[in-house]
Amino acid sequence: MSLEIKKGEFFTLLGPSGCGKTTLLRMIAGFNSIEGGTISFNERVINQVEPGKRNIGMVFQNYAIFPHLTVKGNIAFGLENRKIPKEQIAAKVDDILKVVQIEQYKDRMPKNLSGGQQQRVALARAIVIRPDVLLMDEPLSNLDAKLRIDMRNAIKDLQREVGITTVYVTHDQEEAMAVSDRIAVMKSGIIQHLGTPQEIYQRPANVFVATFIGRTNIIEGTLTQVEGRYSLQIGSDYAEPVSNIRVPKPQASLKVQISVRPEEFIMTEDQSGIRATIVHSVFLGQNTHYFVDLESGQRNEITQESKTSQILSPGEVIYLKVKTDKINVYDAAGELNYTRSGQL
Amino acid sequence: MNDTRKRFDIWTNISLLIFVFYILFLAFPLFTMLIKSFYNGTTGDFSLAYFTKFFSKPYYLTALFNSIKVTVCVTALSALIATPLAYLMSTVKIKGNSTIRIMILISSMSAPFIGAYSWILLLGRNGVITQFIKNVFGFTMPDIYGFTGILVVLTLQMVPLIFMYVSGALKNVDQSLMEAAESMGYKGFNKMRKVLLPLITPTLLAGGLLVFMRALADFGTPMLIGEGFKTVPVLIFNEFISEVGGDDGFAAAISVIVVLFATVIFLLQKYVSNRKSFTMSALHPIEAKKKSGIGNIVAHVVIYAYTLIALLPQLYVIYTSFLKTNGRIFVDGYSLQSYIDAFSNIGGVIANTFFLAIVSLVVIILLAILIAYVTVRRRNALTNTLDIFTMFPYIVPGSILGIALLITFNDKPLALSGTALIMIISFVIRRLPYTIRSSAAILHQINGGIEEAAISLGASQMRTFFKITLPMMVAGVVSGAILSWVTIITELSTSIILYTGKTKTVTVAIYTEVIRGNYGVAAALSTILTLITVISLLVFLKLSGQKEVSL
Repeated sequence: MSLEIKKGEFFTLLGPSGCGKTTLLRMIAGFNSIEGGTISFNERVINQVEPGKRNIGMVFQNYAIFPHLTVKGNIAFGLENRKIPKEQIAAKVDDILKVVQIEQYKDRMPKNLSGGQQQRVALARAIVIRPDVLLMDEPLSNLDAKLRIDMRNAIKDLQREVGITTVYVTHDQEEAMAVSDRIAVMKSGIIQHLGTPQEIYQRPANVFVATFIGRTNIIEGTLTQVEGRYSLQIGSDYAEPVSNIRVPKPQASLKVQISVRPEEFIMTEDQSGIRATIVHSVFLGQNTHYFVDLESGQRNEITQESKTSQILSPGEVIYLKVKTDKINVYDAAGELNYTRSGQL
Repeated sequence: MNDTRKRFDIWTNISLLIFVFYILFLAFPLFTMLIKSFYNGTTGDFSLAYFTKFFSKPYYLTALFNSIKVTVCVTALSALIATPLAYLMSTVKIKGNSTIRIMILISSMSAPFIGAYSWILLLGRNGVITQFIKNVFGFTMPDIYGFTGILVVLTLQMVPLIFMYVSGALKNVDQSLMEAAESMGYKGFNKMRKVLLPLITPTLLAGGLLVFMRALADFGTPMLIGEGFKTVPVLIFNEFISEVGGDDGFAAAISVIVVLFATVIFLLQKYVSNRKSFTMSALHPIEAKKKSGIGNIVAHVVIYAYTLIALLPQLYVIYTSFLKTNGRIFVDGYSLQSYIDAFSNIGGVIANTFFLAIVSLVVIILLAILIAYVTVRRRNALTNTLDIFTMFPYIVPGSILGIALLITFNDKPLALSGTALIMIISFVIRRLPYTIRSSAAILHQINGGIEEAAISLGASQMRTFFKITLPMMVAGVVSGAILSWVTIITELSTSIILYTGKTKTVTVAIYTEVIRGNYGVAAALSTILTLITVISLLVFLKLSGQKEVSL
């Protein structure tokens, strides 16, 4: 793989556990040896540089706060090794404490801090040394759901404020979307898709990325071509012309996999489209989720904006169409996206 | 409502019973000793004469100073040797790692005085190594007697304790802490000093306290190898035991001084370690890595050499047990005569030891489980006091507890002196803490909700305890019990005061044979004792599936 992270960018490595994202991060940090290839900061190849000389800031999954040092002691730790005068260290520590909003805890021992506060200490400790790159290894995975959202906003704000190049590792796609400028979705050590959160959500490079990012339904269908115009056939009774398709080797008829996100279904009033039976529904306020069975027996999830009328009950039959400008059409193996990415 | 009352009664009654046990057999004897030290032995008047005597004569003050010197030096030296050793074992892959750990453990499990007498056989005036060097190189080694000898013997005995404490602490240091330090530019010695050492400091303090108390209380080692170098336990023993010129009251007064001193140290340590305490748990513990080149060789040599030196006294004792003896001296050739003598003359001591140790162990296990339960699950003023009582054996040296028991239970209505019961009581009080601590530790890990679940399903308090809590505690209880067991069978300082012909234990027999100069029989008995210890440990490791014993 080869990728370039821009200065000041918030870059995220996203993937299921065991995909190699943490290994990659630890190679950047210098804790794992690099077996082949090179990693460079600006023009400088850092393969052989020891961790302490790389000028990186690292936030560990378990924070790695030194339990024997106070908050202040932890944050000053990296500075103390750099022959900086004491007053300057104190000033820098005070500044960063203000930035991460934990001034009032500066003399506390780590054991008296909540998870979120420890997280802020870890963050402050990593950025106070003004690193070239800030590395974060699943920093939010030990926090509860609400704190996780607060902290990810705080991290994003902080990163924007300090303007530090950041490499962030997570397996939580929502978190990745919320904080990142660009995301690399990884699987088995290979980058599946590299792009902005919007690109990755709306035009996932393959079926893996489509299913990993957000929720989606994968439906089999047939792509037919008549005089250069494409038409998508789903089930026996539903076909829809599609305009934003580009197939490398056009054929009259192609088996395809179609990724339709729950919100990309439209319920039709007339009885045209894909016939489906309601199995059950979940009312979530703004939206209502329906789980439906297609004629093929496949279970699908669809999302509709909630209406004031009665929620459809199990057993009712509905007819569905898809938003052709939003869905993604893949080859039969699910590896190649036929949908043109320009047509967002 | 009815149920809550009943539950309250049962556990309160149990707490009360144990409390009475401690009052009767620990608090009361110590109090008796305290009283005795303030009253003239012959006239019965209140007097400070014993204390004046102690603090006015250089002879006694020297002994006090000697004790402090030995204790401080042993504690410091043990920590200095054990910490790098534990660090090496935790970071470098050593061939035969788990065997080495067991051997280091075994080296600490014998009675210290056996080490002392073996070092005399090796490095004493007529020691094998001394003679060898004299004959081959023609110069006389500095002798091992006095301060040096005590320091060597006790340090070798105590290193394994700190080694195990520190190894345990290193297991809780997360690799990411080291990496965090590295990423901020700390490496090598700086990383150790600024991060690793502070992280294991609380553990070092805890291990240091244990070593300090043991070194302070040890009586057999200075007795055998100290010669002119007298320490306080020796002083107390001589005052108490000697037929002429000895004085129980004076022995009591010295004991009071020692206990006070130990208490101050104990509280000081608690104060310091409370301020430094923090908890660690490692997601990714530091792993032993395969090293190469010089570093690897050095690490192996250091660890193997230490293990050999630590085991040398025991190995040499085993070797001499198979030597032919003529009267009291070893002669050329091998024989089993020492074993035949050991069994024919004093074979009863082995049966005694097993009887006393097994009864004590049963009582210990029972009490430890109950005490652990009430102190962890039913915290109140009574159980808190109980908790404090259980720590007393740390600060009361064995010989002092022996004296206190003896002067208290010498007369009716509770004339226990000379009975097996008094031996069992002393073993129980002194060796309970190991089992209590491990039982309490495991109980802390068991979620209280599990018990509540059983009760909500209709089980009674007692049924819940026996069917749910107890089975989950077993592993912890057993790991502490094995330490209690091993330390009971190697116990000397209390038994030497309390034993009679009928209750003589193997350890006491070894000691008396060494004093008499019957090195062959002593060696045979030591070998048997070592064998029992090693088998106990191996059985435990096999049963528990663990690779080491945690203290």
